[in-house]
Amino acid sequence: MYFADFSEFIAMGGHGLYVWVAYGTAALVFAFNLVTPVLKRKRFFVEQARQLRREELHASDS
Amino acid sequence: MWRWFHKLGSPKWFYAISGRLLPWFSVAAMLLLVIGTVWALLIAPADYQQGNSYRIIYIHVPAAFLAQSGYLLMAIAGAVGLIWKMKLADVVAKSCAPIGASFTLLALITGAVWGKPTWGAWWVWDARLTSMLVLLFLYLGVVALQSAFTDRNQAARASALLALVGLVNIPIIKYSVEWWNTLHQPASLTLTQRPSMPAEMWMPLLIMVVGFYCFFAAVLMMRTRVELLDRERRTGWVKEIIRES
Repeated sequence: MYFADFSEFIAMGGHGLYVWVAYGTAALVFAFNLVTPVLKRKRFFVEQARQLRREELHASDS
Repeated sequence: MWRWFHKLGSPKWFYAISGRLLPWFSVAAMLLLVIGTVWALLIAPADYQQGNSYRIIYIHVPAAFLAQSGYLLMAIAGAVGLIWKMKLADVVAKSCAPIGASFTLLALITGAVWGKPTWGAWWVWDARLTSMLVLLFLYLGVVALQSAFTDRNQAARASALLALVGLVNIPIIKYSVEWWNTLHQPASLTLTQRPSMPAEMWMPLLIMVVGFYCFFAAVLMMRTRVELLDRERRTGWVKEIIRES
């Protein structure tokens, strides 16, 4: 452990703003890369399941 | 060999194998990134010249590595798609673009935030910074081209060509700190030399680099898998997966 206490850790020797902005931006980039494919996958399955049900309904009608 | 190549190009085969690999890469990425971040922020000592602002290196350097490797992969996949008309390669190239763009942006932003306390400026028009900005525009160009065509093959061909032309930028980025006078410091981690930093500083950097690469592999597979499902949604194997879900 390099820092003596929590407030020193947050202050980063006066460079706190720079360090936290950098790590915060990284967190956003990671979140973006994770969330976009997960949402796309969810949307795909919802849409395709609906489509499949519709097709099967049609097939049983005729 | 050709049989293997053919199999590798098969979306169904890729979907199955990537589904098995994905959990491993995800867990590895998570562990490495958590350990690396704790080490980088809490345990590594401050730099004797830059103080604590140097801790940005643990984001900046891995992001910049990934930005360039991602571009290389995008160009290679694009070329494979162009030459052998391999559908999977087209999808991989397309999936690389937004991920690579986001990490290039991260490298630029963390660079600016690090530059301010270290050089006294957010931005300077020097060779390394400018060539990285060009890399971002190349990525954004590919993203734009991918959505500019209604025909998938045309989109793949146009973006592969742009990616290949933009390839000249990669050695420029790499050697920019040697060819031109620059504020940017030379490489901190190289394959050929011992690091100039003490071990308690470069060990977490190495962990972060590997963690970033594992994360890239995981999200690249995720993107590629969804795109494959979408493109192959009329085929039997995808319908089977939908039915099971």
